[in-house]
Amino acid sequence: MDIVPEITRQSITNLVKNDKREDGRELTEYREITIETDVISKAEGSARVTLGGTQVIVGIKPQLGSPFPDTPDLGVLMTNCEMLPMADPTFEPGPPSDDSIELARVVDRGIRESELVELDKLCVEEGKHVWMLFIDLHIIDNCGNLFDACELAVMAALKSTKLPVASIVDEEVVISEDETFDLPINNELALCTFVKIGDKMVIDPTLDEERVACARLNVGVTKDGHICSMQKGGKEPLTKDDILYCVNTAVTKVKELIENL
Amino acid sequence: MSDMIRKDGRKYNELRPIKIEAGVLERADGSAYLEVGGNKILVAVYGPRESYIRRLLEPNTGVIRCRYNMAPFSVDDRKRPGPDRRSSEISKITADALRPALMLENYPRSMIDIYIEVIEAEGGTRCAGITAASVALVDAGVPMKDIVVGCAAGKVNDEIVLDLSEYEDKEGQADVPIAMMPRTGEITLLQSDGNLTEEEFAKAIDLAMEGCRQVSELQKEALMKKYATE
Amino acid sequence: MIYVENKDLVIPGQILADEEYYSGRGTFKENGKICSSLMGLVSLRNKKLRVIPLKSKYVPKKGDVVIGKINDVRFSMWDVDINSPYSGILPAFEVFGREKKELNKVYDVGDVLFLRVVDVDEIKKAKLGLKGRGMGKFKGGIIVDIAPTKVPRLIGKKGSMINMIKDKTKCKIVVGQNGLVWVRGDEDMEQLTKNIIHLIEAEAHTSGLTNKIKNKLYLAIDGELPPEEVEETEEEFVLEKPKLQNFKEELEQEEKEAEEKKEKEDKPNIAEVIEELKRKNMKKDNTLSYGDNSNNSFILNNK
Repeated sequence: MDIVPEITRQSITNLVKNDKREDGRELTEYREITIETDVISKAEGSARVTLGGTQVIVGIKPQLGSPFPDTPDLGVLMTNCEMLPMADPTFEPGPPSDDSIELARVVDRGIRESELVELDKLCVEEGKHVWMLFIDLHIIDNCGNLFDACELAVMAALKSTKLPVASIVDEEVVISEDETFDLPINNELALCTFVKIGDKMVIDPTLDEERVACARLNVGVTKDGHICSMQKGGKEPLTKDDILYCVNTAVTKVKELIENL
Repeated sequence: MSDMIRKDGRKYNELRPIKIEAGVLERADGSAYLEVGGNKILVAVYGPRESYIRRLLEPNTGVIRCRYNMAPFSVDDRKRPGPDRRSSEISKITADALRPALMLENYPRSMIDIYIEVIEAEGGTRCAGITAASVALVDAGVPMKDIVVGCAAGKVNDEIVLDLSEYEDKEGQADVPIAMMPRTGEITLLQSDGNLTEEEFAKAIDLAMEGCRQVSELQKEALMKKYATE
Repeated sequence: MIYVENKDLVIPGQILADEEYYSGRGTFKENGKICSSLMGLVSLRNKKLRVIPLKSKYVPKKGDVVIGKINDVRFSMWDVDINSPYSGILPAFEVFGREKKELNKVYDVGDVLFLRVVDVDEIKKAKLGLKGRGMGKFKGGIIVDIAPTKVPRLIGKKGSMINMIKDKTKCKIVVGQNGLVWVRGDEDMEQLTKNIIHLIEAEAHTSGLTNKIKNKLYLAIDGELPPEEVEETEEEFVLEKPKLQNFKEELEQEEKEAEEKKEKEDKPNIAEVIEELKRKNMKKDNTLSYGDNSNNSFILNNK
């Protein structure tokens, strides 16, 4: 465990109390965002996102598989996240930690619940063959707010994903070698993450801000302003006002974030 | 044999295009990014640092630990995340390849962690990983006798060629990855798989060493570029 | 025969000279050659070659002054993180002799202290103490983290750099040899000082740094360039072990003085002196940016 120096806690808390932050941003301001797509030629979709010093790479690989029995005509999404030990001195090698599973699930929930991927178009043969999309997130540098960086990366990668055309010939699945189609996407989404420091909510926290924060809230909002996922984290409670403030801020901020895609 | 042109248009003694960049990550003590052909490799170094795994530490010197890992999306068919037998072996021989160059007597009972991430693989990732790891170690300020560099030679269509691509590795008859310390020419990694005559092996070693020397210059350039003034 | 010049940037394994030279820190001898073991700058003095590393972890040495964070409180000592591969311990008797007190009532986990390395044992564990004026717990302020090898550059020759920053920002600054720096002052000035310190760290091996920093400071604080250039000393790049012992004393002295004339305090009046420069440069530059990833440009592109 990395212990936050008491004076760092005080100085960050005092700054936020005065609506200031250690890097000079406003409480509702994001760090600089860069998004690059098609960075991995062996992946059908990929993106690299930097959010300040935070850096993530995502790759999307399709595989043909059987659909779930209750949704025989829908494709399948699987989101996995590796918080690589290279990204942070406190990340350990080994199976995914609870944090990394939560991160993957929150990112996944946004994509899933916004229904932006048209899963019915990923069906090759109902009940038998559907495309399963493996979304693998690689965290390579952790300078805070992995959630928003990951969601942006996944969104950008999905938009760039091209799947091979598959068809049924003589009851066999034939995958075309050169014919592809764009993954059908009908919406866009971004995640806004806030942490509570003192009695204020701060957007896009840095690592130190995350470490001194007492609570966290992720709000996933689609381009058209629908809230499609939320997650509260951290040790301390939030008030209803905190939450409503975050939702309200997120709805406007998301539009800004989506412009980067 | 010198006029032979390979499938990707290279001559027998030609490397794939290489790009090396030092210091690409914020959190790591040292880092490097390397592209060679279609390979994309990212390396982070942490340490020397305190370790809680006491049994790994040595009383008179620092120790290194290496983790070679392939991203699930780095290969054609998605790879399941996490270590397998191949990556465990490569992790071990990479640490063995780098260790002779390290001068860690001033850091007894400390640990250096080297994390090699293959973001995309296209043949020759272990050599590329070693080359990038050395640059990351220098970037971290770790004392070393030399900057270890890796390169492979192999046999394709009965010819000895330098720096096998993925296709050549699959179709070829032999692959000889090596790593060396360029100043003294000492070899710190050697593997060979496939069929070679004694003469062919000698040729392959010479060619791989020549390749190492070329890559070594690019390592130096990358480091100088990162820190040179103006 | 020597193959490099003073101040050259060298890399591990690079041959520096033949045997008639002496092998100093950061170098080693092999097969009659002196080679560098580090990435750093060559320092050549009286045929003695050294390489001053650009980056290096702090290894505790007896007598050093360091800034440490209490990581754990134990029965008769504190565990202290001193930004090093080797942790430190602060034994209770170094703080209150034979008296019995509850340790966590004195210093608790997360507290940041100014300490002296009293001794280093055979496994490099540092025994720490508070002997010396001004040592103990910091109250308020911020901690800035730099590469320990850059500490001498931050100090400057006879404290030229650090004193300039202190004067201009009115911040109190304490530098530990382990690369941690404590800064306390006005909230905005603390942040500016942090940025300035990081800039010095990033450009420690470049020349003309003192003037560059001076310009940044004046532009950020006054919106104008300083009235005159400071003299840049040639040798300034040499990253030698600085004398830091008096810093905290200085700080106490300053604090005393500050309290005495608290009311009198005025804003610095330099506008008159630099009226001319005013017209030349109206550009305000308080957007120092290094916490960003501008050097973080690796390209992952297939095109």
